Parts: sequence; C-alpha cells; structure tokens
Amino acid sequence: MSTTAASAQVATTAKVKAPKSKGGPGSASPLVKVFLLLLCCLWMIPVLGLLISSFRTRDAQFSSGWWSAIANPLEFTQWTMNNYAQVMGDNQSGVNMGQAFLNSFIVTVPATIIPILIAAFAAYAFTFMEWKGRDLVFVIIVGLLVVPNQVALLPLLKLYNQLHISGTFPAVWLAHIGFGMPLAVYILRNYMSSLPRAVIESAKIDGASHFTTFWRLIMPMSTPALASFAIFQFLWVWNDLLISLIFLGRGENTIATVALQGMQGQTGQGRELIPSAGFVTIVIPILVFLSLQRYFIRGMTSGAVKG
Amino acid sequence: MAIKLLNALLAILGGIGGAMIIFWILNKLAESLKGRWEDRVKPWMFAGPAILAISVYLIYPAIQTINFSFANEEGTKYVGLRNYLDLLGEAEFRNVLLNNLLWIAIVPALTVVLGLGVAVLADRLNPRGEKAAKTVIFLPMAISMVGAATIWRSIYEYQPTGAPQTGLLNAIMGLFGRDPVYWYSIETLKLNSLLLMVILIWTQVGYSMVLLSSAIKAVPEDTIEAGRIDGAGEKRIFFSIVVPQIWPTVITVFITVLIGVMKVFDVVYVTTNGGYNTDVVGRRFYNEMFTVRNGGYAAAIVVLLMVAITPVLVYQVRQFRREEANR
Repeated sequence: MSTTAASAQVATTAKVKAPKSKGGPGSASPLVKVFLLLLCCLWMIPVLGLLISSFRTRDAQFSSGWWSAIANPLEFTQWTMNNYAQVMGDNQSGVNMGQAFLNSFIVTVPATIIPILIAAFAAYAFTFMEWKGRDLVFVIIVGLLVVPNQVALLPLLKLYNQLHISGTFPAVWLAHIGFGMPLAVYILRNYMSSLPRAVIESAKIDGASHFTTFWRLIMPMSTPALASFAIFQFLWVWNDLLISLIFLGRGENTIATVALQGMQGQTGQGRELIPSAGFVTIVIPILVFLSLQRYFIRGMTSGAVKG
Repeated sequence: MAIKLLNALLAILGGIGGAMIIFWILNKLAESLKGRWEDRVKPWMFAGPAILAISVYLIYPAIQTINFSFANEEGTKYVGLRNYLDLLGEAEFRNVLLNNLLWIAIVPALTVVLGLGVAVLADRLNPRGEKAAKTVIFLPMAISMVGAATIWRSIYEYQPTGAPQTGLLNAIMGLFGRDPVYWYSIETLKLNSLLLMVILIWTQVGYSMVLLSSAIKAVPEDTIEAGRIDGAGEKRIFFSIVVPQIWPTVITVFITVLIGVMKVFDVVYVTTNGGYNTDVVGRRFYNEMFTVRNGGYAAAIVVLLMVAITPVLVYQVRQFRREEANR
C-alpha cells in the first residue's frame, strides 16, 4: 500500500465517514451470516441424506424418509452396518463394491504417476531449451486443452479391439495418460517458466547437462506444480465414468463409478445398497481433496482448463 | 486378487522405471551426437514421448473421427454428407441440440453468478467462518457425477402414491397434499433437464467461488477507496470497480464450465439415460457408438461438437498468446 500522504489523509477521513461495516473480513451483517449458514446447510443436505440412508436397514429406508432418522436417532432398530458389509462383498445386487473399489485404485495410481514424469521432461524442453517448432507445438497443446476426449474414443476403441486390449488395465492407463497429457504439460511448463532463470544459467556454467539440471534442480523446485497436477489427475481418473465404461467395461475389472452407475436401475433386492455403494465411491476423492485442498486450489488458479 | 494387485504394482514400477530408462537412453543417444546436432535433437528427445502420447491419443484419432463421419456405420464405405444430413433432419436429434443449448445458456452463467455471490459474501465473514463456508461449498467438486447423481436421489427419489416417500422433494409435496411426482419425467418447461442441471451446478459452484474469490482479494484496495471517495455506493463500487478488474477470471470460469457442459454425459446417462426428452449430445454420441453401433453417426456427432467448440479453442489460443506477450 503506497499511497501519497495527501490521498492517505483523504482515505482516513473517508473511512471515518463509512466505518468498517462495508466489506472486509468480519464485517458480515447477521443477515449475511444467516444466509450463508442456510446455503451451507442446503449444500450439504443431499450428502447428509445419502450418509444417513447408507446406515439404515432396508425396511427403514423404504418405510420412512431419511430425514425421519434425524427426528428419532435413538430408534436403534433402524441402524445397521450390514449395507456396507454386504456391498463390499458378493451380494444380491450382483455388484462387488470391494472389488470395484480396489480396481479404482489399480486404474488411478499408475494413470496419475506415469504422466507426471513424461510431462515434466516435455515441460522442461518447452521452457529451457531453444528448438525449432517449439512455440507452434506448444500452441497446439494449448488448443488441445479444450478439445473434448470424445473426439478420440471411436478410433481408439477400434484400435484397441484390433489389438485385443479392450477391457485390460493398460488400455485405460494409456488412455488416461494420453488425455491428461496436454493439461500436465501446460501446468508444469507454466510453473517452470516462473522459476528464476539465473539458477538454470549458473548450473549451465558449472557444466551441468540438461539431464542433471532437470533431475537435480528443476524437479525438486517444481514440487508444488507436480502436486497440483497429481491431485487434478487423481480426482479426474477416479471420478471418470465414460473412459472406463468404454475401455474397461463391466466385467471383473470394472471400477467403482461404473459399478455404482450399474446399480442405479436396481429396483428389487440390493436397492438398499445404493447409498452405501455411493459413499464407498466418493469417500477417497473427498479425503484426498480435503487433505490436499491447498495444492488443488493452486493448480486451479494457474488458469488450467481441461476439455 | 493378489495377482491383480501385483500386476498394478508392476505397472507402477514398470511404467515409472520404464519411462526413466527410456528418457535416460534418449538422453544418451542425443549426447552421443556431436556438437550442434546434440542441441538440435535433444529437445525432441525430452518432449518426444509427451508429443507421441498426444499424437496417438488425441490428434490421430481426431483426424480418424472426421474421416469416419463421412463413412457408413462400420466405416467401410464413404457416404458423403449423409450422416450429417440424416442427423440434422431428425427431429429427435434437433431436440438433443436444443437441450444442449439450454444447458449452455443456463449452467455456465448461473455457476458464475452463484460462485461470485458466495465469494463476495463469504469474504465478509471472519477468516475461520470463511474457510468453513468455502470448504462446504467447494466439497462437491471432489465428487464424481455418478456419485452426485446418487446423492441427489435423497432429494429427487419417487415412490408410488400412498407409499412412504423417500425423496425430500416429494415429501414436501405431500405436506401440501399433492401427489408424489416422478421428477425426471416432467417435461413441462423442461423441468427434468433443469433438475439435472441443478446437480451439475451443485458440483461446479465451489470451483467458480474459489477462483473468483482469489480474484476479488487481488483487487487493489486503493481503487475501491477511490470509488468510495467519489461517493459511489457499495453496488456501484462492486459493478464499476471490482467486476471490471476480475473480468478475466470470470471469463476463465465461464469457459471452463462451458466446455464441461458442451460435452456433458455422465449426469444424464446415470439419471434418465436420455429419456423423457433430456438427451444431450454427449449421451447420444455414447449411445450411437456403443449401443446402436453406428460409427458414422457417432463420428458425425462428435465432429459437430468439435465445430461448436472451435470458437472457444480460438479464444483460448489467442488468450494464451496475449499472456505470453506480457510475460
């Protein structure tokens, strides 16, 4: 805040006229507070409904709405852990959420870690090396950020069928690596170009090769950006439905989101398991998100757009 | 089970190790070249694998898709523009396009406005309250569309008349003595599509709020003070001083949500599967590709989507160039 003495003076008088009640932290009127409290409640009501239902017996779920459990929480006959016990193993609904949950991990972890390394090398080349075509290639990558993945699905499915790798984990890993690559390169390159040039120059003068500079200097310095992308990609792959539905299908390799989608039409036995299956599906991304929120927000504010 | 886990572990180790070895070999190869050639080849060794991934998974398939869009169902024979003409001539498909337009017109704008509102109001709470409120609003961002659709069953669910209602909306209808409604089937005023949009907006407002909030915090206090001195009211200050300064962020949020909405698939597929006139381009594409198995139609639909997204793409590239020039 560097204002001239005169304008600072005026500012203070203006502040006297309009006291701190306008704007600024802690200035919320009771009305604003109540409104935000209501909004937050409204926002969480659907989640609360799911959570309550997931612990209620089949009879309780279908004889009264989930909100009645809030009114009489001490009616212990309505509560059960059985839904979770059932949904994690074999049950009447035919969906084994425990298996699907595990598959989600098997799909997500490699599909998150592998692209980071590939993208980091590329981002280094785009930031610290001079080469013909560099700017053009990068502009193409920027353009590809907004291109929906759907454009690639039909030819890829044909290719996968010819190679007989449809339904296998590598098929989905590779797809997620390819689709996540433009965003990864973009985020990492933006971050690397904000690093101080002098450090790299001095490494060069000391005779360090690009390879050494990359491993010893740039990778450690880029940790925040690497973390941002990792969280993005983790959430994106875990929450994806379309790509796993097409390339992995509903067999024994099916992942949690696809399994949960398959349960939605359930009308008879097993219907009471939908809320617990839903909760099993969303709990990991929520934990990841809450514990690493900072990095996630940093990635978002770097202007990342994913098509 | 154990074998599966072992495989996954091997994939992680193999993938990372393999990538490292490939880069190491590529680097050695480049270094073995003499002088100028080393500098010429090395960037391609570093960027090559990423460029290859993007070429194989996005560029080449995109070109193939355009190619398929002019061919028949199996992609064995060219049919000219027939796929496009058939689709656009079909009343059902025109309705799909109309639905998409509705999603485009409503969701991004509403997401921006709601996010902006929450950002402005939460800014006035004490830091602790602000953080708590923002976390609550932001949380659905982590939830998949399938998860979100499952969650919203607790609001939209329907049981036949007479049975105890398990969805909150129908319970409220009951309080007013109305019969329960199967919400997803109500086509009047596109109510069912609007209810699906609510689910998407619920997951996106947090994103909009976080970005806009950090933009508002970056608005220099002096400019606001100057407005106050000139006697501008709070409303005037907000619309004439704050909004113009956060406009670039507003555009970023709008575009991001817009792209998400144009290709929207999950929420419609999971809830109505396109029934009751709620179908959208993304779901129709999936249906043509996977259920009907008409590759020509599927490809043509995606090409139309691509054409619709081109202005956004051009804007994105221009924006990037402008930012680079300012570096």
